[in-house]
Amino acid sequence: MSDELALSESERSAGIVRCDACPVLCRIRPGRAGACDRYANEDGKLVRVDPLVLLAKPDLARVAFVEGSESWAGELGKGEGAFITGIGATTTYPDYKPAPFIVSSKPDGVHMVTVVTEGIFSYCGVKVKIDTDRYLGPEQAAVRVKGEAVGHVTTAEYGSQMLSLGGVHHLTGGSKKEGVVTCDALLALCNKEPVELVIDGGSTVVVQAGRPPVVNGVREERMRVGCGSAAIGMFAPQWKDHVDEVIVVDDHITGVLSEHQGGRFLDMKPAGIRVRGRKSTPGRYFQVAQPGLGWGGTDVRDPLEIIEKIDPKQAWPGLKLLMVSTTGEHSAWFELDKDLKPQPAAMPAPVRKVVERIAENCEPALCTVLFMAGAGGSLRAGVTENPVRLTRSVRDTLTRVTLGGVPAYVWPGGGITLMVDVAKMPEKSFGYVPTPALVAPIEFTLRALDYAALGGYASRAVTLESVLRDNKVRLE
Amino acid sequence: MIAARFPDGRLHLQHGPIDLIIEAFGARDEVEAAYRQAVDRFGGILPTLVRELPTLRRPVRDAYPLLHGPVARRMVEAVWPHRGVFITPMAAVAGAVADEMLQAMLAGRTLDKAYVNDGGDIAIHLGPGHSLRAGIFAQALDGAVTLTHDSPVRGIATSGRGGRSFSLGIADSATVLACTAAAADAAATLIANAVDIDHIAIERRPACELDPDSDLGDLPVTVAVGDLPPEAIAVALERGMEEARRLRHFGLIDSAAISLRGEWRLVHERSLEIGVGCARRLHGGAQSRR
Repeated sequence: MSDELALSESERSAGIVRCDACPVLCRIRPGRAGACDRYANEDGKLVRVDPLVLLAKPDLARVAFVEGSESWAGELGKGEGAFITGIGATTTYPDYKPAPFIVSSKPDGVHMVTVVTEGIFSYCGVKVKIDTDRYLGPEQAAVRVKGEAVGHVTTAEYGSQMLSLGGVHHLTGGSKKEGVVTCDALLALCNKEPVELVIDGGSTVVVQAGRPPVVNGVREERMRVGCGSAAIGMFAPQWKDHVDEVIVVDDHITGVLSEHQGGRFLDMKPAGIRVRGRKSTPGRYFQVAQPGLGWGGTDVRDPLEIIEKIDPKQAWPGLKLLMVSTTGEHSAWFELDKDLKPQPAAMPAPVRKVVERIAENCEPALCTVLFMAGAGGSLRAGVTENPVRLTRSVRDTLTRVTLGGVPAYVWPGGGITLMVDVAKMPEKSFGYVPTPALVAPIEFTLRALDYAALGGYASRAVTLESVLRDNKVRLE
Repeated sequence: MIAARFPDGRLHLQHGPIDLIIEAFGARDEVEAAYRQAVDRFGGILPTLVRELPTLRRPVRDAYPLLHGPVARRMVEAVWPHRGVFITPMAAVAGAVADEMLQAMLAGRTLDKAYVNDGGDIAIHLGPGHSLRAGIFAQALDGAVTLTHDSPVRGIATSGRGGRSFSLGIADSATVLACTAAAADAAATLIANAVDIDHIAIERRPACELDPDSDLGDLPVTVAVGDLPPEAIAVALERGMEEARRLRHFGLIDSAAISLRGEWRLVHERSLEIGVGCARRLHGGAQSRR
């Protein structure tokens, strides 16, 4: 604290405290609040009047508050088994003073310290996993909100399309508008609100954490059960007695039962129906069509389009053919006429049952949003005088990092780069500053001895009981 | 610092003691652009203001205080006509912040209407043909005011006990309509100070004993008001009315509404409606704090 901020001897003896939460730097007399009404002097201590969010239980699992429940009545005030989150803690940037709360609690008799703060993350973004095989857009394509690029399509994962949004280049490296729109989109996604994303050369998708994606106005219901080949592996024995051929249409691998290992194993007779695309191994075909919003994530609307030819030497009139997508959402039943032309026919009940089973085995499609950020730079200075030791302590797993009480995955390597599932965090955990950058709660928990060893502000530690006493608390 | 949107779309900005509720009406793109301009401007307001705080906390006398910051200059401009009595530029700080923020969000934009509400001190923009209803919520009665494009009022401010700053008087509230929020803020402070009477039930203490940083120094500020007889209330209100009439005579305010213990007095009541339930009929619009 500089001399300018120091209080005179008479001010100190009068119990006046200096608030350094904002540039006004109020001097506050005992029993009174500062100019903002958010910080007050209680018996010579600066206390915050805004609610903090409290999670019950030291294992960080949130427990629903049951009104009138015996085990909770009066217990809160004692701070037993409670965990204070960084939500509502607030911070300054750069962090020129210790984090708002350094709380010592004793879960299971171990003397623990939790440094509670809200971090301002200039380097941050979200990784969005969208459970759909529908074509959202080419890899590396820009993802836009209100016309501004806020991120891009990245490597697809099993049954899911992946987007990487935000990051420092969109937040502060582009135009002012790009930064503001990116920040707004990230904030909404992190606070579990829906955001409409438009992908260059692809689809428009509405993404909301924990909810199904809406692709071009159509709500996605389920993930595919597997690729076409996997679907054959799973269901071949159930089809065997009812069909002569099954083609499972999929954007990745389309499966053909009688050629497939699964069909061969069941001694199925080759049906002579050749599909388009590039053969991988027997009964498995890549690129039978273009990616799209039709059957199995392809652009196919009429499944017969993907049949290249029907070999008269192998096929026979009356051959029974099932065509189905990898979600069971699309299916059709054909029988070959005397000219070996497939004719639509009524699907037999046992076959219908297996088609329905494919659908049943598809998991519900969801959007998941992982917040990813670097807790580097000055944020660490609010925790310790020697920031690199915090980084090492986190790496050595002596320090546990949580965001709003939710354990974060800390990426190996340098710095504290972390990821957390926003769906698990309390409501309205995120905020923003005009920089633009996101504000997120972050807590570092470690043993008191380790905290002192890494140069922490151990003398600033307060007990959980006193934080509960001196602050308004919101229970989650 | 907080910048957030309420579910209904209003913008909330907070930094230290500045707490703003902002709403703009008009074409969606223009409204969003106005909000962005407000957020962009906001970060610099408080740091610039605090640099000149020592000067802003000193009473304005014969020398016009020369200041750099745009908000500081609005404050001085608003209190300058009142220099005959004790006043510091801080009397207009909330209104001046509201005016500055409103100007920042209007620059280059076409909006039907907009307001910046800084804790009850409100700066208003009205396009041709547009109007805004504002409610006044006080202890006993509710009031309402309809501001139209053709009236000169673009600022509403309320002063009195119960707010965050000290009052030299005993008014529960003094609400003023004027050309700017800063002008309304300064005038509301003076009118609320004027609502006063010497009475044993009124407890006062030097401002500095409560807040070492107060611009009011050792002036006695009201800390408690006990039971007052009806005559005392009438006299106190009449003193406030005198001050309000004087300020209106000099063209410094459009109108004022003063309340004390459930009693209301209005100056230039054409603009104001005071009566039980008036404001409850409002839907949306700005609300003036106490």
